[in-house]
Amino acid sequence: MKQEHIVIIGNGISGVTLARHIRKLSDKRITLISSESDYFFSRTALMYVYMGHMKWNHLKPYEDTFWEKNRLELKQAHVTHVDTEHKQLKLDSGEDFSYDKLVIACGSRYNKFGWPGQDAEAVIGLVSKQDLEQLEVYAPNNNVCKRAVIVGGGLIGVELAEMLSTRNIPVTFLVREEHFWNTVIPDEEAQVLERHIREHGIDLRLGNSLEEIITDEHRRAKAVKVKETGEIIDCDLVGLTPGVSPNIDFLKSSKIELNRGVLVNRMLETSEPDVYAIGDCAEQREPIGNRPPVEAVWYTGRMMGETLAQTLCGNPMEYNPGHWFNSAKFFDIEYQTYGWVFPTPKEGHDDFYWEAEDGKKCIHIHFEKEPRIFKGINTFGIRMRHEVFDYWLTEEATVEEVIKNLKKANFDPEFFEAYEKQIQKEFEKEFNTIEL
Amino acid sequence: MSLDVNMSVTGNAPEALNVQQKLSAALGLAGIFIMSLSVFNVGFQPQALWLTLAIGLVAVGIVWYTRASYAGKTAGIKNDGVYFKSLTNRGLWAYIVGVVFTGFYIVLYFYPGLLGLNSSGANTGVISLFDPLSQLMAGRPASQWFVYGVLYTLAILGFGFKFLWKYRHNSYQRLRTFSVMFFQLGFAFIIPELMARLNDDDFSLPYYNIINIWPLNYYNFEQYRVDEFISAGDIGIALLIFGILSILVITPILTYKYGKRWYCSWVCGCGGLAETAGDPFRHLSDKTQSAWKLERWLVHSVLVFVVVMTTAVVYSYLNGGGYWLSGGAFLISVAVLLSVIFGWAMLFKRQELKKDARYAAIGFFVVIMALIALHFSGMTSKVFLFEAETLRSSYGFMIGAIFSGVVGVGFYPIFGNRVWCRFGCPMAAILGFQQRLFSKFRITTNGGQCISCGNCSTYCEMGIDVRAYAQKGENIVRSSCVGCGICASVCPRGVLKLENDDPKGRINSKDVLLGNDVDLMDLVNQNKK
Repeated sequence: MKQEHIVIIGNGISGVTLARHIRKLSDKRITLISSESDYFFSRTALMYVYMGHMKWNHLKPYEDTFWEKNRLELKQAHVTHVDTEHKQLKLDSGEDFSYDKLVIACGSRYNKFGWPGQDAEAVIGLVSKQDLEQLEVYAPNNNVCKRAVIVGGGLIGVELAEMLSTRNIPVTFLVREEHFWNTVIPDEEAQVLERHIREHGIDLRLGNSLEEIITDEHRRAKAVKVKETGEIIDCDLVGLTPGVSPNIDFLKSSKIELNRGVLVNRMLETSEPDVYAIGDCAEQREPIGNRPPVEAVWYTGRMMGETLAQTLCGNPMEYNPGHWFNSAKFFDIEYQTYGWVFPTPKEGHDDFYWEAEDGKKCIHIHFEKEPRIFKGINTFGIRMRHEVFDYWLTEEATVEEVIKNLKKANFDPEFFEAYEKQIQKEFEKEFNTIEL
Repeated sequence: MSLDVNMSVTGNAPEALNVQQKLSAALGLAGIFIMSLSVFNVGFQPQALWLTLAIGLVAVGIVWYTRASYAGKTAGIKNDGVYFKSLTNRGLWAYIVGVVFTGFYIVLYFYPGLLGLNSSGANTGVISLFDPLSQLMAGRPASQWFVYGVLYTLAILGFGFKFLWKYRHNSYQRLRTFSVMFFQLGFAFIIPELMARLNDDDFSLPYYNIINIWPLNYYNFEQYRVDEFISAGDIGIALLIFGILSILVITPILTYKYGKRWYCSWVCGCGGLAETAGDPFRHLSDKTQSAWKLERWLVHSVLVFVVVMTTAVVYSYLNGGGYWLSGGAFLISVAVLLSVIFGWAMLFKRQELKKDARYAAIGFFVVIMALIALHFSGMTSKVFLFEAETLRSSYGFMIGAIFSGVVGVGFYPIFGNRVWCRFGCPMAAILGFQQRLFSKFRITTNGGQCISCGNCSTYCEMGIDVRAYAQKGENIVRSSCVGCGICASVCPRGVLKLENDDPKGRINSKDVLLGNDVDLMDLVNQNKK
């Protein structure tokens, strides 16, 4: 029997997880195609290279010999067209490359919302290796880049702000919303983060959005205009960080059904036979629970890879993620979330918020009013144990159980100050439902 | 431009040092300069004043530098620009410092005369500069080791202060740094110097730093020391017994409870220097699989060497008679002890040893036992084929001086701050063996939260590829881990935690991480079994 050839477009976390797991389970021929980098790297760590914490080599989770040792073929190429009828890919080199099964795991690119000047020089995002290279060109130091403007308040925006500030480049940070990232987190947490961002000297402008990017005669960005105030802010770099969307332009010529992303069912199958999509570029036809149809998160990419590997190795399996979790770091403040905490509590839900005196640690819990089932937690500045919260969510623990046993979930290093007692007292004061 | 080439070579990096940092560094170097000049008998008089000035300049320089580095910044991980600075990225400054350190150690170990140590007559040079302090503490003139002790302590205290400020948000880091500063200042420096005051014509204790445990302190059981301990009466015997209990009883208990970190990053002087003065170089350790392999072979070879050497040395003087223990009895008890340890590991921990570790253990064991048997059968007069003295002096030269000093510290800016601890220290090998096979300590991975960023691996001074475990959701149980906790500190997602817990389930490799469908996790993890 001919050895089945699985071709994966993209060598990010989704594609690489998939490839590793297929190799564990089978002897299939596996090829990973990428035009971004020679080897898999951790996209989430791009910032640390610019900040001088790490070198490029440190971003690679596997030694370069890993791929050959595990017979994972790497192909440096850009796919320009997918012909699902003949099961062939057209590459930028002109070469035709055939597959038996195709997995699209090509990830995201940063959003541009039709702003004038958005394609000018010195306008960058922070998604790919190439973006980082561009940043090094346009903002190597504060002589070349006297001010940077970042547009869009989310995780990548704050990363970019931190990066630039380590090179002493003044940053103006335009956030359209009235509070930072308040499409995802409640205002209380947003305000903790706003203080912290400003503490680092970032000129954070809430409720300010981009009208246009003004360019010079070389089509290079030289200023931005703020929509709400009409203010012109001179700058040498514009960072666009208003989220990401699937990087699927190259599929438009194919028969594969697309919407915002590559449409897939729960089996991660696209509209075409033997073609699958995973990671940031996949869009669920039916959203799963509270999850958005396109999930551009490291962890979900990894989980889709783990799942699809089973399917491709003869153990068909739906993508069925467990309880939602995520994490991030905002300058010095770490953030973790388990279960669901929405900007405002859902109908029939109540919330409990606690903030430490220093204003840099807080937790926010959402729960059902009756019965008092715990729904989720946001934690800032205090590390929590994933396993414990996953268990509580599965067991539908009550909010009182969670508060009472919060110590079990603490994951801070030894000797750190504990806040459970304070939290319990405040909870008791507010709800009067636990005995201390 | 390619990122595969280090970005710092683009020349675009921000200015590495600010004005205050430069000034404070210059101030500290001025202190060093005074000491260096005194090598040439410049004749600084009065010495006490100049010595105070030199030490004071170094201390003030470090404190000021620390302020200039961290005072204006928020508390948190501050590794900005580590790979842009020449000193911390194997640039010109790194090599200059490396050469200076290496040179210093060579002179210290092999040419103390250059520093002003005179076999007959008073000290001259830099050693004489330290005479007043030595007289004050120990009531005797300084030696090159006193000079070294002062500088060593100064480095741990000064750079310990810097480390405390850098990690002011982290109680674990602060506590263990206070701990190494305390042990260095008190146990390694002040107490032994003061103890020297007790010595007179009829009472003499060897210089003894009780936290320097055999086999790190490879000369602890040499004849002259044992004789001195015995002749010093109860207190000497107590110290001798403490030295033996340290390695045979205290060490296994503490390592079982807390992992080897209780020693390596809380107490030990070598560790103390590595964690303080060496901290800026921690990321330079080699993380490759091949370096790990080299480490395993090298560090265990040194352990075998020190066991053989010490056994031979002790045996040879016990054999001379005059002690309550005979040479033969000693040799047999060593053989029994080694057999018990070997048997225990092979019987109960066999599956936890890698193949090469099993082969190596069997090989070493067979050779040592064969040599002891040969000796008892009368086929060789020497226990381990070589004269005990030859073994002792070659160990002292190759391991004690070259490896732990010249290479171990001299090469900080090139190979990182734990070269000796990782590749050479026999104490670390023993503690590591205990930690790997018989301890409650592990670094726990937090469910599925790892993003493979690599901060943990990069900043692991022992060259452990922490990420390789974390991204699999697997706890880190490695013999070399000194439990410094930096991986957990630099992790941006709260994934790692140093813990002491039930030894069961300590090693937990998983295929699918927490966060995915529970059935899938069950399925995949079951398939493994």
